[in-house]
Amino acid sequence: MLIRQAENIKSSEITSKEDYLSRRKFLTSSSSTILSLYILHASLLKSGNVYAAEKIENVIKNIDFSSDEELTKYSSIISYNNFAEFGLDKEDPAANSGDFKTKPWTIKVEGECNKPGEYHLEDLISPHQLEERIYRLRCVEAWSMVIPWIGIPLGEVLKQFEPNSNARFVAFTAPYQPDVMPGIGKVAYEFPFVEGLRIDEAMHPLSLLAVGLYGEELLNQNGAPIRLVVPWKYGFKSIKSIVNIRFVQEQPPSTFNKFAANEFGFYANVNPEVKHPRWSQARERRIGHFLKQETLMFNGYADQVASLYSGMDLGKFY
Amino acid sequence: MQKLYKPLLFSAALLPLAVLIYNGINDKLTANPIEYITHYTGDWTIYFLLITLSITPLRNLSGKIFIVRFRRMLGLFAFFYGCLHFLTYFVLDQFFDFDAIIEDIVDRPYVTVGFTAFVLLIPLAITSTKKMIARLGSNWRRLHSLIYVITALGILHYYWLVKADITVPLTLALIFTFLLVMRLPMAKNVKNTLFSTSN
Repeated sequence: MLIRQAENIKSSEITSKEDYLSRRKFLTSSSSTILSLYILHASLLKSGNVYAAEKIENVIKNIDFSSDEELTKYSSIISYNNFAEFGLDKEDPAANSGDFKTKPWTIKVEGECNKPGEYHLEDLISPHQLEERIYRLRCVEAWSMVIPWIGIPLGEVLKQFEPNSNARFVAFTAPYQPDVMPGIGKVAYEFPFVEGLRIDEAMHPLSLLAVGLYGEELLNQNGAPIRLVVPWKYGFKSIKSIVNIRFVQEQPPSTFNKFAANEFGFYANVNPEVKHPRWSQARERRIGHFLKQETLMFNGYADQVASLYSGMDLGKFY
Repeated sequence: MQKLYKPLLFSAALLPLAVLIYNGINDKLTANPIEYITHYTGDWTIYFLLITLSITPLRNLSGKIFIVRFRRMLGLFAFFYGCLHFLTYFVLDQFFDFDAIIEDIVDRPYVTVGFTAFVLLIPLAITSTKKMIARLGSNWRRLHSLIYVITALGILHYYWLVKADITVPLTLALIFTFLLVMRLPMAKNVKNTLFSTSN
């Protein structure tokens, strides 16, 4: 009887035990990658937003300033937006902001400071260490998200311009480009959008100038290329796509406040006890959750910021 | 053929719900599905109120008397979508939080008028059977003219909610006004005046 010898198999051809054991994992992960790419592709096609966000390098995680809550899904953050210049429906900013150009970008700095001028975005950002901070975002419309922003502390940037002692407030302005902003003219707000902070609020370490989220550059609908994030205030204070920073002596007229002063205060601190005339602010729906949750004073940042308002009647200065 | 109209219309009136369910299954109700469903069912309540109100002028203009037979069914669909709208608010949005609901109804004018409109729809739905029509006699007509009040309140409810872009509620108000004008005796003659020259 002839017993055939098994052919020699090179050891390099033998699947390692680890690989063999993880073969299912490999199959599921590779197929799910393909599937998610397909879904991403389909959703990009649908939204008309063909420019994928670029990754941001050299970011440190700032744990001390981060919430440990479950992050809101990336797809929700980039598809459910308020950016009235591009329309009022939540899907409008993602659908209508494709023609809005954010490169190159300059910011004009004016008013009560020693270093006014036109600054290139890169020059403003590069001296600083980019940080990732996971903040709660509470919209005045009673919904909320948890977002991993990438940015730099606003105060550090403002100090570069050397504000003088007359600078009691700082005003921010968004672009006015009716040709690429279909909401302008249709929506009853006065454009360009203006928001402002008291100088001590602006200098507070929690105030952030964000340039990215989820590790990538901001998309237009989220306020590319640079936006404000003031986590203890309602979301509308966190103005998007900043083109102008002005140090001023008097409280600047902010867009929402001018539109309906009884509904949108200048301070707009998150406060579950001060009702909005059209709905309660006591609770909020976290996007992705079914049941509403209690809204926290100063959006949960009371320990850090309550002292800014000591002695103030928050029912009056809402 | 005319026998088919009613079931066809019935199916068509269910289409908005079918689309909602389809989009729900395919995860296409935005990042905030509860808000989306609330707005969607609210929109369709007002649309069906206006569709119901358009039957009489359509009859007058077209001379097709039989379409009046669809009016009650269309009105009941307005009630159907109104129920979905209210239930979405009651269950999905507030999750049976009675304190919050009562606060909404008492404190917030847009909820007050919306809720009033919904409550007023209930007696109309209850009295929409043939038996009730017979029993109520001439009072039936009077009771059912509440639909004008209900539609006006529904549009006001929408108008007070949106505030920043009032295009849609204004358009709805315009259509409503048009449908009211078409009921004036003058308008009933429009058809005659329009076509009298051809006689």
